[in-house]
Amino acid sequence: MPTLFVDKDNKYHKIYKQMLLARKFEEATVQLYREGLIRGFCHPYIGQEAVLIGINSKMQSQDSMITGYRCHAHTIIAGCDPKSVMAELTGRSTGCSKGKGGSMHMFSIKNRFYGGHGIVGAWTSLGTGIGFSHKYKEDNGVCVVFLGDGSSNQGQFFESMNMASLWNLPVLYIIENNGYAIGTSVERSAAGGPLHKRGECFGIDSEEVDGMDVEKMSEAADRGLSIARSGKPYIIEAATYRFRPHSMSDPDKHRSKEEIDKYKALDPISSYEQKCLKNKFMTEDEVKQIKKEVKEIVSESVKFAKESPFPENHEMFEDLYTKSL
Amino acid sequence: MNSEKVPVRVALRDAMAECMREDETVFVMGEDVAHYGGSYKVTEGLHKEFGDKRVIDTPISEMGFGGIGVGAALSGLRPVVEFMTFNFAMQAIDHIINSAAKSSYMSGGEAVCPIVFRGPNGMAAGTGAQHSQCFASWYAHCPGLKVISPYDSHSAKELLKASIKDPDPVVFLEQELMYGEGFALTNEKVEIGKAAVIRKGTDVTLVSFSRMVGFALKAAEECEKLGISCEVVDLRTLRPIDEKTIISSVKKTNRVLAIEEGWAYSGIASEVISIVNEKAWDSLDAEPLRVTAENTLLPYAKNLEELAVPTVEKIINKIKYLTNKI
Ligand SMILES: Cc1ncc(C[n+]2csc(CCOP(=O)(O)OP(=O)(O)O)c2C)c(N)n1
Ligand SMILES: [Mg+2]
Repeated sequence: MPTLFVDKDNKYHKIYKQMLLARKFEEATVQLYREGLIRGFCHPYIGQEAVLIGINSKMQSQDSMITGYRCHAHTIIAGCDPKSVMAELTGRSTGCSKGKGGSMHMFSIKNRFYGGHGIVGAWTSLGTGIGFSHKYKEDNGVCVVFLGDGSSNQGQFFESMNMASLWNLPVLYIIENNGYAIGTSVERSAAGGPLHKRGECFGIDSEEVDGMDVEKMSEAADRGLSIARSGKPYIIEAATYRFRPHSMSDPDKHRSKEEIDKYKALDPISSYEQKCLKNKFMTEDEVKQIKKEVKEIVSESVKFAKESPFPENHEMFEDLYTKSL
Repeated sequence: MNSEKVPVRVALRDAMAECMREDETVFVMGEDVAHYGGSYKVTEGLHKEFGDKRVIDTPISEMGFGGIGVGAALSGLRPVVEFMTFNFAMQAIDHIINSAAKSSYMSGGEAVCPIVFRGPNGMAAGTGAQHSQCFASWYAHCPGLKVISPYDSHSAKELLKASIKDPDPVVFLEQELMYGEGFALTNEKVEIGKAAVIRKGTDVTLVSFSRMVGFALKAAEECEKLGISCEVVDLRTLRPIDEKTIISSVKKTNRVLAIEEGWAYSGIASEVISIVNEKAWDSLDAEPLRVTAENTLLPYAKNLEELAVPTVEKIINKIKYLTNKI
């Protein structure tokens, strides 16, 4: 299990390594998709890494997390072995969902990661319910609910915010605003002010953060988590961008090359790397070492996935219920 | 046991209260369930005993609190989510199907979702099409759910307790017109997935569930006067359906009439008949038949409403036909 994250208590190493792993892992999924080993829908997280890793850097062990289908990085960062995530992507029985969930449906309940969901916006209510559980059990946990700009248009998000505020639930909503819901831009889908203000009528405070800057995300997480922990839901809107098409099946005709290049120049990982080197938080050698370790983890997970067996036929009927009927 | 009659409503309430006393993680949420005691008074008294934390009035946000309930279940609580009626659960059906029913499977068994969605289902009196639909076959269609629709107070109570304790998501379909009906509680063992032969007979098997079981019993009584002996099977659980009890009864009577309050098309009665065709074909002496709602929406006018739904008379006519006693 991800010993890589704890091999040193150096927070710069850890953050850099996590972002790099998220990136390289997704690059490998893109490759495996092209080879036909990953099927169906597959949504890379490339470009948005600073959002998840910044938020995660301030989460406590009792906190929980939920997101949509762009979930491979979330599953790994939550603590699930990258091997079993890649095995899931390739539909193997060694996958974290035994090959029955696929790219969009991954969980790591023991690490309080509740998925990996395919119905846009539905997990905002689920996450609010997990926040409800934290409060009910008085475990001092916060549920961090990641959602997209498009997801923030779902009616149930508003229902959830209303109840979260009404019932003082410890929920931190992170709107990952990457500008698009597949091919529809935020401008063409969301009326009114900025997305983070959508909780205003329910008395929910919020802020907007540069989602390409992992340190700013981390600072925002500190504020957001402590407000949520005090029993007041909070919203952080992270301004981010996906470098790749919406999914592997998206021709990406709706965005100009200039626009994509503009954001690629703000790459959250290379800018963090530069900053750490400049400020001597990391040495060139350490960066090299981390890159090497990440490469190994990714290639091991690909190897593991490729060598793993597909599920047996009988597994088709298993796990529908806690006990087979 | 006490032979005093207990209304279905009270049996359901007592089931929730008993589970709540036993298990701190059980809570009830829904519209008007706390202070008001439930639109149909099924949760009456619970708020007084268990307080704000465990008996929760929600805003009118079925999709939102449906999802909140599922999220709470996935993270270790045992929610009982009341829908004012199942007509309104359409707003939340995404969470019942896509979130609750599928989480275990899609996670390879890692995510468990011990939730109960309950409330009145089926027709009410004079409420028109949007407030009078049976959703039994909608939910029973989907693997991953357990679907229960009891008839009398004892099975309602025992099955609701079993549902709350069950580790899997349960859709628990009640019937408004049955809430006030009283039945004696018994010692009978009742389990999820088990149907019951509640009247023994030799000539024809009547298979039904919920309020229609009462109609089937009445028809059976009438038919006895005509010399026809009906066996009545109360399905109680619609998924997993108890094929064994249906088949063994039909093998004995050689005739089957399936009765439901919902529409015929892709209905529970159709499913019962398919089971009989596939697994008891050789024992049939007559074609399997159904009595269901007519193929229309439920009209408001009283005369039309009566025509649109199953009646004891319609059931008797089909029984007579099946047994050649027209
Ligand atoms: C209820 C529902 N409607 C539509 C879809 C199809 N769909 C999948 S992703 C998506 C866009 C969501 O965009 P956003 O929330 O901004 O997230 P992003 O993909 O940008 O991360 C849509 C419309 C779906 N999965 N679920
Ligand atoms: Mg988006």
